Parts: sequence; C-alpha cells; structure tokens
Amino acid sequence: MSAGDSDNWAGIHRGRRTAPGEWLAEKAIFLISLSAIILVFLIFAFILRESLPIFLGTMNSSASRKVIQPSEMHTISREALRAYLEMPAGEFAEMDDETLKLMMEVKLEAAAEAPEDKDAKVNTASWSLMLKPHQWTGYDKPEYIWQPVSEIHKYNLIPLLVGTLKTTLVAMLFAVPLSLLAAIYVSQLASARHREWLKPAIEMLSGIPSVVLGFFALIVMATVLQKVFGYQSRLNAFVAGIALGLAIIPVVFSISEDALTSVPPSYPQAALALGASRWQAAWQVVLPAAMPGVFAATVLGFGRAIGETMIVLMASGNASIMGWDILDSTRTITATIAAELAEAVFGGHHYRILFALGTMLFAVSFLTNLAGDLITHRLKKQLEGKP
Amino acid sequence: MNNATRGAASGFNTGRRNWGSFFFTGLTGAATALILAILVIILGNITWMGWEALSWRFVLAGTEQDMFDVNKAGVMPMIVGTTARVILMTIFVIPVGVTTAVYLTEYAQPTSLTTRVIRGAVNNLAGVPSIVFGLFGLGFFISFVGSHMDELLHSSLEAPVWGKPALLWASMTLAVMTLPVVIVATEESLKAIAPGLREASLALGATKLQTIVKIVLPQALPGIMTGGILAVGRAAGEVAPILFTGAAYYMASLPHSLSDQFMDLGYHVFILSTQSPNIDQTRPILYATVLVLLILTFALNVVAILVRAKVRRRLRAAN
Repeated sequence: MSAGDSDNWAGIHRGRRTAPGEWLAEKAIFLISLSAIILVFLIFAFILRESLPIFLGTMNSSASRKVIQPSEMHTISREALRAYLEMPAGEFAEMDDETLKLMMEVKLEAAAEAPEDKDAKVNTASWSLMLKPHQWTGYDKPEYIWQPVSEIHKYNLIPLLVGTLKTTLVAMLFAVPLSLLAAIYVSQLASARHREWLKPAIEMLSGIPSVVLGFFALIVMATVLQKVFGYQSRLNAFVAGIALGLAIIPVVFSISEDALTSVPPSYPQAALALGASRWQAAWQVVLPAAMPGVFAATVLGFGRAIGETMIVLMASGNASIMGWDILDSTRTITATIAAELAEAVFGGHHYRILFALGTMLFAVSFLTNLAGDLITHRLKKQLEGKP
Repeated sequence: MNNATRGAASGFNTGRRNWGSFFFTGLTGAATALILAILVIILGNITWMGWEALSWRFVLAGTEQDMFDVNKAGVMPMIVGTTARVILMTIFVIPVGVTTAVYLTEYAQPTSLTTRVIRGAVNNLAGVPSIVFGLFGLGFFISFVGSHMDELLHSSLEAPVWGKPALLWASMTLAVMTLPVVIVATEESLKAIAPGLREASLALGATKLQTIVKIVLPQALPGIMTGGILAVGRAAGEVAPILFTGAAYYMASLPHSLSDQFMDLGYHVFILSTQSPNIDQTRPILYATVLVLLILTFALNVVAILVRAKVRRRLRAAN
C-alpha cells in the first residue's frame, strides 16, 4: 500500500449520527491504542513513587538515631511519632497505644545495640554518601563501598555504576564490530540464496532466553575462558561482558542489516559503474550512507546491554569491587536489584534505593530509545528523498 | 566514494583491489561464520548434554522430594507454572496489542502527533529493561492494585490475598512487557494486506469497521499469531520480571488460583545453576531443565520466524 492509499483509508470516518455504534467502536479502539502511552507513564510513575524519598533526600538510614523514650510518647505529635517508627500512615492509624509503646521499646533496644561508631550517625542514604567516597571506620582512605547488608548500611552507587559500565563496554567491544561486519556480509556480499537463511539464522540468537545464556556463561564459558586466558577469578566482568555481547548481537546485527539493506541499490550500482569493486562499494558507499542506522543499532544495543539482568547476575561474580579491571568479579545495577530486592525490608531505605536504581535504568533506556528513534526517523526521511 | 572514484580514474590496479576484496569478504564472512558457530556451539552443547539426562520421568515428575536430587527431581510443576503464566499473559496482551495495531494502521494519520507519540511509547516499552518491569509489577500491581483489592475485598483477613506475588501479577507484568512485540507483528501483517481488498469491501457497501473485522483481521490472522507466538517465546524464557511478582523458589503443590505463586522453568534454571549444593552432581538435571526450556521457547521462536518470513514476502508482493 503506498502512502497515498493509506492516507485515504485512514481518513475515512463516519459521523456520530449516521452510525453511532461504529462511532463508539472507533473511539474505543482509539482509547485502547493509548494504553502503550499510559503504561510507559505508569511504569515511570510507580517506580519513581517507591524511590521518591531517596531522590528528595528525606530517607534516613543512619544506624543510630536520637531516641525517644516510651514515656514521652504523648508529648510528641502523632505525625512525629509515625515518622520515628517509620510506619505507613494506614498501618499506623490502626495501632493502639499498647502496641506503639511496645514498638518504641523495640526501637530503644535497637538503639542500645547500635554500634558505637562515628559511621553509625551518618545518613548513608544521602546523595553525598551515595556518590562520593567516604572514609569509613577502619579504612585509611575515603572509599566507594556498596555494602547494604552490614551493620552500617553503605550505599555508595559508584561501584555498581562502574561495574555496569565496564561489563557493557566489554559487551559492546565484542558485539558491535562482529555484528556490523556480519551485517555488511549478509546485506552486501552474500548471494541472495544465502541471505535468505543467514539473517533468520543469526536472529535465532535472540530466541535464546537470557537465563540460558547466563547458564551457558556460568557453566561452560567461564571455565573455558579461564583456561584460555588463565586469570584469577572465574566469574568476572569479562565473562559476563562476552555473554552479554551474545545477547546484543542479534539487536545490533538486525538493525544495522536493515539500515544497510535500505540504502537504495542505485548507490552501490553507481560506485560499481565507476569501477569500484563490490567491497569498495559496500565499505565506502553503502556503509557511510547507512551510518545513522548503524549508530542507532549501537545505541539500542547499548541500552539493551545496560538493562540485561540474568546474564550478569549469573556470570559476573557479583562482588561489588570498585575498579576498572575487567578481570575482577563485578556487580552491576541490574544484578544488584535482582539479587537484593527480595531481602530488602518493604518500604525501607535499601528497598527504596533499589527502586531508585530502577528509576535510573528506566531513564537511561528512555533516553537511548528516544535517541535511536530520532535517528531512525531522520534516516527514513533521508531515504525517502527529503533532505 | 572519493577513493572509489580515484581508484577508477587512476587506472587498473586490479591486483590490489582483488587482495582487498579477498581480505574484506573474508573478514566479514568470518564474522558471520563466528556468530553462527557460537550459536551452533551453544545449542549443540545444551542439546547434547541435556538429551542424555532428559527422560519422560524427568519431564513428568514433580519435586515432592529434594529438587536437587538427580534421580527423583522433575520439572512438571515448572512446566505447568510457565505454561500457565504464558497463557494468561496471552489473554491480556493479544486484545490490547491487536487493537492498538488496528488503530495505528487503519485509523491513525501517519504523521499526526498522537500517532508519533503512540509509536514512540511502543518503541520505548520495547526497550525498557526486563528488571524494571519486575519493579513495576511489584510497585504497581502488587503494592498498589493488589493492596487496594485486599482492602476492598478481604479486609477481614490478616494475610494479603492479592497484595503479594501471584500468578496473575506475573502474567500481567509479562503482558506489559510483550505488548510491543504483538503490536509490531500485527501491524506488519496488516500492512501486508492488499489495499484492493479493503476498497472492494467498501465498494460493496460495508462500513470501515465491518471491513476491518470481517476482511482485514481474518487475513491478518497469521501475522497476529506470529505476534502471539513471538510474545510467548519471549515471555516463556524471561526470569527477571517474575522474580518479585510471582515465581516461587519452591512450592509443595501446583498453583490452584490466580493469587497463588508458581514454580517456573527459567527461574528453576537460575536456581539450579547458582544455588546447587553440588554443581557437578546436579549438572545432568540442570542441562535437562535448560533443554526443556529451550525446546519450549526456541521451537516457538523458530515457528514465528518462519511465519514472519512468509508474511514479509507477501508484504513485498503487495507493495
């Protein structure tokens, strides 16, 4: 169907009067089609809702705090008491005084057991401690540490960010050149008969569930790669990155192959007529013309790699060691959420920080998608002949 | 381009060009071969190792005994759990996905702002990390919708019925995740239908809605099915979105209602590979479980790819 035809067809509308049933059905179709927009909005709204106290800096995670004696229960306001006991409003309203007193005594005991440490007094869920290094007791210099399940909850996000970036970087360095070369081969150099099965065959990789790739990386690849390269820790950013690369190869390949194929055949034909060989035409004419699409493929592959969970959870070793060495055991943002959320106290600081990490992931995927979208949109326009 | 023209102008240095051609074709061909080789190695390794351990007893047995026991453990509860969540998901996602695709191809003005925003949202949904869907399921379905349902329906009960991980919430989370898959596949097949069919139907006096329901959608059925199969194939193997929304480490019985938790094949692969007390001993059941999961998801994907290839050929023919 050409663009003109679909315009005409899409423009057919019946009035509300002539066919009320039809009019109603069409409105319903329109409303349902908005669900994708609503869902994206809901996703953002509800992960943000759970993590808002972190972003606003109103969450306090210090291990020891000012204690309120149970006898002073009635001297402070209800709201202050609720905040002190860290309870949701609904639950708090149902409590009687007896229970509240009991809970305050529990708090008192907890405070008595809190470590006598300067670190116990700092709010580890504040932005400065989540992003900047801090000299914890027992360390001789400021350090970035993610250690949520210890006496002092250390929530520095930098080790996780670095872990995510280095794993993703390995994946990109492995997957992008490989997929791009394969895309050039399949779209430009392979014979039509081979092209027919090569593309679906490579796209089959995307049919392997990520938990299976994670399993393969953990059980087979980790051992083989360790034997070949002879490094120390069996599970590390390198193994996870290679496995992650396998997951994004179909993405990068498929989109860049599409981009290469959609370059008008007159381009390489003109080059061939001028005496270029097929590879020269592919490398120097078709590839530059398809560059925006290739770039979009890379951006989308990056987004996919950052957000992939099961592979890194299984193959990266999951130790949050700060540093850029790809042969160290590594923990990524996604793996942290997957591994720790089940144990985090519902509504507590750990829980909310994990949701804050989720919000950041969502923001990154939103931006990479938007960028990829805009690029492909422009590419399409360009190919349709509009400058 | 410059080099190409210069090469042509400066004479017949075919020797260098042949060498370059050989090198370049070889390099790109090698990359293609390497990807295919990795695919074959992964599938071969799993099939080879898994096939030895796979038996009817393994497929049909439950996990009443120890789930790490090589001779007694089975995957029936996981197959049931995964199948249940995937079927439920299909029920949620197909109507919404197909309707959206119908709007986008049959009603929407391609250049209007609404259309572009819907398309943007669909693309965006496709790129959201799967773990974020898990967080969304927990934050929205369980702690918002579920808790409110409990307040309304079961306020007398102590333990939450809906405000906890459940089969229903896992399926809905997956439905949100696979919505773009269904939309894109359906749209593709709707576009592949010759416009003449629509025009003929209109010319015979049918209304637009009648044309869509009675002419266009039946023609698009293979494409809709592809979308469904692709969504199922994608969802069946996903673990991250159901980690917090419904999958259970262990359940003594099969799920009885929508508010029950369930055991899941993909999650079981994760458990067997990371929590096993003795990985060398449990390796056979691990491989067998992976093979079962792979057969389930991969077979579906292959079918979908084949059907899609057919739809695409028809699309080219229609244009």
